[in-house]
Amino acid sequence: MSVTADDVRRIARLARLAEPEDRIDTLVGELNGILKWIEQLDEVDVEGVQAMTTPVAFPLPMREDKITDGGIRDKVLANAPKSDEGFFVVPKSVE
Amino acid sequence: MSDLLKLSLDEVSAKLKGKEVSATELAQEAFAACQAAQPALNAFTAFDEEKTMAMAKAADARLARGEGGLLEGVPLAIKDLFAVEGVDTSASSNILKGFKPTYESTVTSKLWDAGAVFVAKTSMDEFAMGSSNETSNTGPVVNPWKAKDSNESLTPGGSSGGSAAAVAADLCFGATGTDTGGSIRQPASFTGTVGVKGTYGRTSRWGVVAFASSLDHPGPFAKTVKDSALLLQAMSGHDPKDSTSLPNDVPDFAAAVGQSVKGLKIGVPKEYRVDGMPAEIDEVWQKGIDWLKAAGCEIVDISLPHTKYALPAYYIVAPAEASSNLARYDGMRYGNRVEGKDLNDTYEKTRAAGFGHEVQRRIMIGTYVLSAGYYDAYYLRAQKVRTRILQDFDQAFEKVDAILTPAAPSAAFGLGTKSDDPIAMYLNDVFTVTANLAGVPAMSVPAGLDKSGLPLGLQVITRALDEETMFKVGAAIEDSAGFGFKAEKWW
Repeated sequence: MSVTADDVRRIARLARLAEPEDRIDTLVGELNGILKWIEQLDEVDVEGVQAMTTPVAFPLPMREDKITDGGIRDKVLANAPKSDEGFFVVPKSVE
Repeated sequence: MSDLLKLSLDEVSAKLKGKEVSATELAQEAFAACQAAQPALNAFTAFDEEKTMAMAKAADARLARGEGGLLEGVPLAIKDLFAVEGVDTSASSNILKGFKPTYESTVTSKLWDAGAVFVAKTSMDEFAMGSSNETSNTGPVVNPWKAKDSNESLTPGGSSGGSAAAVAADLCFGATGTDTGGSIRQPASFTGTVGVKGTYGRTSRWGVVAFASSLDHPGPFAKTVKDSALLLQAMSGHDPKDSTSLPNDVPDFAAAVGQSVKGLKIGVPKEYRVDGMPAEIDEVWQKGIDWLKAAGCEIVDISLPHTKYALPAYYIVAPAEASSNLARYDGMRYGNRVEGKDLNDTYEKTRAAGFGHEVQRRIMIGTYVLSAGYYDAYYLRAQKVRTRILQDFDQAFEKVDAILTPAAPSAAFGLGTKSDDPIAMYLNDVFTVTANLAGVPAMSVPAGLDKSGLPLGLQVITRALDEETMFKVGAAIEDSAGFGFKAEKWW
């Protein structure tokens, strides 16, 4: 499988990355190079093999369902690009 | 600079406990050495002299009371991926430039609890994506090592290049790194240092900027195998804040160092002899085999048949996880924002301005392989191949106690020589990435120099939860290699 310039524009939109038009061709080339290299995985017999989602092979403990943190509003806001009166300030998202 | 900084962590610990040197003097020396080396090596991203000296003073007070933890008074450098409270933590990325955590990562908390002293944050490839430290927003780190009769600037490897360089140049006694595909072991190999990642989940990921959550392993850089065992020991342990943190007790790793390796079965996988590998890598591997044989190990030829598929599988799984993890950088709650004409435009402009090209490339790959219609063909298949790689290890470990391989397919290369070819760069991790996919412990130990005088490392891989055998074998290699080489000081 390979990607076209339109695919790259669509992927960039999905990833919320403003890719300038003069980067698109470069990206098409780079992504196709990587995807072609990845295609060798098609040689592997994965019939009946379970997908691995984590390398943890041991049972992990559940923690008690109780609040362990909080009341740190100012710390949470400390690195906000914009905040006001204890709130994050974000662009308008509903017309 | 006195010779104090040339000591190992273990040696300087003894001097601190014996009151031959104070933590304050040591911190001053390390801090000054880091500052003096910065213009040439560019290994650091942030300092906080006040914090460093306050921590050293507190260590001195504890030492005076005869208390002192495992690492009391020892100056350490911290990769810029770990949140250190009040100190710039930006993952070497513009999107996080100026971010000052209001909390401390679990791993660094544990190091400070053991008495260690913060000395500097170290540069890395942006978001740990790279093998040469060239994608850092503060520019490449320069390897303290140079080839004989050459003045070319070499890469210290990546992504934890700053940490590797800092330890190799004797600027501190150890450093933290993270290893997602080889980001501790490859730089360790390139700089003649010891680099370790434990079993997946041994060290908590909480407070470490996420790259690929199922592959990220925090771990140490050190000057000796014993130092690396002490550091990993201090960094490890269960953390309720990381759901994949292992609840198992942490063994006394350092006690394994120096134990006999007699009778251990060491596997040598034929698939790690790759095309185009320099003869010198093969030679150092053979030396390692001979050393372990002489130490009483039994050498067993093994096969890890899916090795060649590990890197392509990794370049689906890691970008997929990264594209999801990095979705949080939207310029709203933290990080830098670029205002656009509406919300989506703000997101897109923020992320395009904040992420470098390599990070954007990986986010794009990850987004693509997770998108509708491609998920099964790419992502699901890669996860199944990952199972195959784990099965390779499971089968091998039925026959052997440890696996010996080269740590990297070459010695350190020149800055700028591979940055135009993503796949050539990715191939740096060909020997290391398998242990990340399987989650098993692995370390790189300096084993010799190539003909141009650059360090080469050997890798030891063991079963999950068996770091002790890894340290035992690593120490046996260290003993036999008698490495003891240091980069000649030019910085």
